[in-house]
Amino acid sequence: MKRIISLTVQDRSGVLNRVTGLLQRRQFNISSISVGPTETEGISKMTLVVEVEDEQRLEQVTKQLNKQIDVLKVSDITDKAIVARELALIKVAGSSQLRSEINGIIDPFRALIIDVSKDSLTIQITGRPDKIDALIDLLRPYGIKEIARTGLTAFLRGHQPQVNELTTYSQIK
Amino acid sequence: MKVEAKPDFQTSTAPKTGADLLIDLLINEGVDTLFGYPGGAVLPIYDAIYRARGTIKHVLFRHEQGSIHAAEGYARITGKPGVVIATSGPGATNLVTGITDAMMDSLPLVVITGQVARGIIGTDAFQEADVMAITTPITKHNYQVQSISDLPRIVKEAFHIASTGRPGPVLIDVPKDISAGELFEIPAEGTIDLPGYQPTTKPNPLQIKKLADAISRAKKPVILSGAGILHGKASTELTAFAEKHKIPVVTTLLGLGTFPANSPLSLGMGGMHGTYTANMALYEADLLINIGARFDDRLTGNLKHFAPNAKVAHIDIDPAEIGKNVPTQIPIVSDSKEALVELMNQTSESPEAGDWLATLNKLKEEYPLWYKHDPNGMSPQWLIEAIHKVTNGEAVVTTDVGQHQMWAAQYYNFEKPHRWVTSGGLGTMGFGFPAAIGAQMASPGSTVVAIVGDAGFQMTLQELSVIYEQNLPVKIIIVNNGALGMVRQWQELLHGNRISESILHTHPDFVKLAEAYHIRGYKIESQEELITKLPEVFAYNGPVLMDCRVLQQEKVFPMIAPGKGIHEMIGVKPS
Repeated sequence: MKRIISLTVQDRSGVLNRVTGLLQRRQFNISSISVGPTETEGISKMTLVVEVEDEQRLEQVTKQLNKQIDVLKVSDITDKAIVARELALIKVAGSSQLRSEINGIIDPFRALIIDVSKDSLTIQITGRPDKIDALIDLLRPYGIKEIARTGLTAFLRGHQPQVNELTTYSQIK
Repeated sequence: MKVEAKPDFQTSTAPKTGADLLIDLLINEGVDTLFGYPGGAVLPIYDAIYRARGTIKHVLFRHEQGSIHAAEGYARITGKPGVVIATSGPGATNLVTGITDAMMDSLPLVVITGQVARGIIGTDAFQEADVMAITTPITKHNYQVQSISDLPRIVKEAFHIASTGRPGPVLIDVPKDISAGELFEIPAEGTIDLPGYQPTTKPNPLQIKKLADAISRAKKPVILSGAGILHGKASTELTAFAEKHKIPVVTTLLGLGTFPANSPLSLGMGGMHGTYTANMALYEADLLINIGARFDDRLTGNLKHFAPNAKVAHIDIDPAEIGKNVPTQIPIVSDSKEALVELMNQTSESPEAGDWLATLNKLKEEYPLWYKHDPNGMSPQWLIEAIHKVTNGEAVVTTDVGQHQMWAAQYYNFEKPHRWVTSGGLGTMGFGFPAAIGAQMASPGSTVVAIVGDAGFQMTLQELSVIYEQNLPVKIIIVNNGALGMVRQWQELLHGNRISESILHTHPDFVKLAEAYHIRGYKIESQEELITKLPEVFAYNGPVLMDCRVLQQEKVFPMIAPGKGIHEMIGVKPS
């Protein structure tokens, strides 16, 4: 199962290496990882999407991450009410004649064409990973030249609903 | 008479370089001994050691691996961090085995490595290695010093991290321009700034209550005692607790000595070469109380068959160990002593386990450890018993890994903690002899015996120079069977008797070797020779090497074959 794990870490040299090294050493598969600064200077947030087999392994990975000296907080936010976004840049083959056709496809996804050249168009999309996957599938027939994705970043929504409402908010199954 | 005022480093107490500051900080942490080896990138540090001579002792080893295993031996005996210094590049990489060993066996170390100057880090400079990346997975934490003013904080944090919570090695990588850097002002005293490191040491009272209730309801309780009892200095509390409730105790390999081996409640060591009774107790138990052990695979055997009927309680200071290998119903994150004190304060009843104890006592009588006495040779097990006898069971015993280690574990009945220094988790050949040096330095008044194999000893024997130089009365017992005994045993039992590269056809003359290092050496080929020689050897206040030729074909039994359950021991009785 895929889980979204949010880490608050001290922004010190080697901390990313410690985190990814630990996951590799203990045989956890990282689907994506994103890192960036937070509202507090010296503190960074990492969002990991990891593939784990079961609850016991999930507990292990969070405990092992917690053990790292520079890791301040570890939370599995998969089943919480969260906002989760990823950004993708997709370069599609095609000239400007295709532009309106492609616009028609990407419009419902609220994606944008952000670069046009004589033989390619670049589309920017933000959203949940499954939404991005869906757009990529639709664009594939046009010939995708390049994709760059940021990996998921996420945090808790301002309001957490009662426990029994939670499952409907789950972003990744 | 005219006295010339010489503002010399040797007379001045104020630190002058980053290295002087570093040495001062080490002394402030109570460090009395450095285990090290100099080199280019640590020359400024060795300059500072020179200036500080008389206030801190440095012992020069002959290989970095020797220095770090000695520091581990020191840490195991004192509970204080052993401090190691090595140079950049090869100096640091030679420490890797020892750092990993300390990580696996939770030994506190502070390892200081030199690094090339900051300006040339990353340029593949002479003797540059990426020590931070190399040691990240094998340290509890590591630092590269980026500014002299960070040194006080880093050193303070390093000692704090190494010695609190679950102990472990911490590395400080010191670029040469930092150690050589001039100190214009003495930085303020370091303060610990570790918001992400707050080990839980006090148990949750509700969990303690739950365990106390489980104990009162148990019919077949058993305690598993691991090295967490050593770190928590909780042997006395453990003994009182076990005796109060009449709960039998199994110890792990590293936990030997945490519970007196001669107690009627002691079942001995559990695991692959543990006693049949200990393993059957773990198998049959309805309540397993693990205190400070990590359910290593060499203890549990096949997890499917480990304690199948037991409710498992696990007391450990490291939450990540709880539930890692064995599902745990009563998790207690705590220091071992704090938890035992709280458990003793509970008013709950003792279990009604009379039948259980009777069953276990019967097993003990029926399946004791056994070996065959051969009139034509010396059994290695008998050799260990003889050493036990001549040392009154009071020696500090160190070992490598393999057959001799298991025999020492089985036959040197440890009554007290902090006398057993072995490489458990990593299983490092060449550990025992240098570890004995550190143990002897930590405890000058103790008899220290390095029980080593003929193969492992040859991996770190260059440290013979050190015991001569330091006049350390370490007694080296080579259990010489002319083979990598445990490898050969597995090849015989599990690999169709294909003895592949596990026999050592050529040996040095160990006696002459000892003599070449100015040390007394004896070759012992029979029980009679040993009996005659031992009292003299142990009465002598200096280092001695004994090359003891033991029966070559002897195997370690009983045994749980790999993949088998804890109840499926072989060799439980003489065939």
